[in-house]
Amino acid sequence: MHLTPEEWQALRLSLTVSLRAVAVSLPLAAAMALLLARGRFPGRTLLDAVVHLPLVVPPVVTGWLLLLVFGLRGPVGAPLAEWFGIRLAFTSEGAALATGVMTFPLIVRAIRLSLDGLDRGLEDAAATLGAGRLDRFLTVTLPLMAPGLLSGAVVAFAAGLGEFGAVITFASNIPGETQTLPLAIYSATQSPGGEAVAARLAAISFALAILGLLASDLLSRWLARRLGRG
Amino acid sequence: MLEVALRHRFPGPAGFLLDAAFTAPAPGVTVLFGASGSGKSSILAAVAGLLRPQEGRIALHGQPLTDTAARHFLPPEARRCAMVFQEGRLFPHRSVEGNLRYGLRRAPRGAEGPGFGEVVDLLGLAPLLARRPARLSGGEKQRVALGRALLARPSLLLLDEPLAALDTPRRAEVLPFLEALRDTARLPMLYVTHAMEEADRLADTLVLLQGGRVQAAGPLEALTARTDLPLLATRRDAGVVLTCEVTGMERGLARLAFPGGTLLAPLGDPLPGRHVRLRVRARDVAVARGAAPALSTDNTLPALLQSIEPAGERECFLRLGIGPSTLLARVTRDAVQRLALHPGEAVTALVNAVGGERG
Repeated sequence: MHLTPEEWQALRLSLTVSLRAVAVSLPLAAAMALLLARGRFPGRTLLDAVVHLPLVVPPVVTGWLLLLVFGLRGPVGAPLAEWFGIRLAFTSEGAALATGVMTFPLIVRAIRLSLDGLDRGLEDAAATLGAGRLDRFLTVTLPLMAPGLLSGAVVAFAAGLGEFGAVITFASNIPGETQTLPLAIYSATQSPGGEAVAARLAAISFALAILGLLASDLLSRWLARRLGRG
Repeated sequence: MLEVALRHRFPGPAGFLLDAAFTAPAPGVTVLFGASGSGKSSILAAVAGLLRPQEGRIALHGQPLTDTAARHFLPPEARRCAMVFQEGRLFPHRSVEGNLRYGLRRAPRGAEGPGFGEVVDLLGLAPLLARRPARLSGGEKQRVALGRALLARPSLLLLDEPLAALDTPRRAEVLPFLEALRDTARLPMLYVTHAMEEADRLADTLVLLQGGRVQAAGPLEALTARTDLPLLATRRDAGVVLTCEVTGMERGLARLAFPGGTLLAPLGDPLPGRHVRLRVRARDVAVARGAAPALSTDNTLPALLQSIEPAGERECFLRLGIGPSTLLARVTRDAVQRLALHPGEAVTALVNAVGGERG
């Protein structure tokens, strides 16, 4: 299939935005999943709900809220720009941020599933064998969380490739900067004679989604074998 | 020596109160015996440092592990009290060898204990080393769990119903390993169970628990000779446990010497010199006045009737002194009246050893 440089750019941008989003949100999501699964503190239910908001709030609203907070005049955006020269709104970093926020709950959910299935007795056993807190986390908890981390990351990456509403609201639709695949498809459908471009890009999106699902399935099977459950 | 004194009220509407104190000699096997819900596993968890009691003091060899009065609580990883759990709790993502080496790698430098090869030999683990825990049978899992705990070079081994999840043949497969361990290692063990057979075979000291309290504690043989402990005396297999030495074979039966006499029992063909535990059930012991006529019972022993102790409405226990040893006989009150038995009398004890438990 022949792609124009602009189309290649959209594809590359989608991949990097989604990758960066996952890379940043994965450790945070793991910490959040641990906090929600094991923490006992007031407001846990509320925090749980807030984490899941991006799944139910219209993406455009999420994007707009991000604009309010991280925009050049926002409470976080202004100091970022002033002190560090970091601009998030209308940049590819901003697109990654919006994608990360949207896919965050997906990763948290996947990790929590694997944490719920984790026998805490194994950590107790490790403790009586002389393993300290960090040791137990690294040698028992983390390896057994791995299926959740991996499947969460893969699903979030695949979903991130298609993020539209939050990205276009917060980062706009700038070719080469924030115009990811779905935004490019949207632009193509809006321009006269763009049907062929839209169809090609749609086919790519479709293929990527299928690949993501396959990869996720293969990974979880491989891990199940590694963990001796297969 | 392990000293334990705890008070802990569990949350919930039932509000179970654990209020237990005992000392366990070291080395030696101390068995915490009681029904489920008697608090025995909680005591083990408190010793391991997995449960923080509201009040109490736990000390091993004089070193406090938990001391709420002094606000002292040693975390479990610093206690060197390795635990074997009922379900094994092997790490599913590590091979058998990886599981075994987990504890070994974390054992303090210079800690004494058996080496990797020794433990693998003792527990027969060589053919399993490369396997994943998911591919082990229940008995194999428990052997690996035992090896993993031993290799952590603990100063106290905690066993929480290690055989309870196994069926009878598997249990029979693992028990000899535990006995071998008791006999070879000078490692003190605290063993929780609700199976009398395991207590009989392993315990040096028995701690009886009921409703979160210690009913009695002491040497196994002394406790089994008491009739005032419902936990033991109301059992069908109530009776004294004797530690005997195998001195040879006689008419196809093993001759077992105990302080004060010998007994013949069908034990297969045990090695002479071996020590075995024999539970002589009170209902397998009868008494006769004067010399006994020819009987089907295997053993007749001259005995001194020391006391007659009640056992329910229609029965009683006869306490029989045989040299320094004691046997209990369970007979009807009617029999006591018919024979006009009185404490202080010389009688003949008739012991049917067929049903005796070996150990």
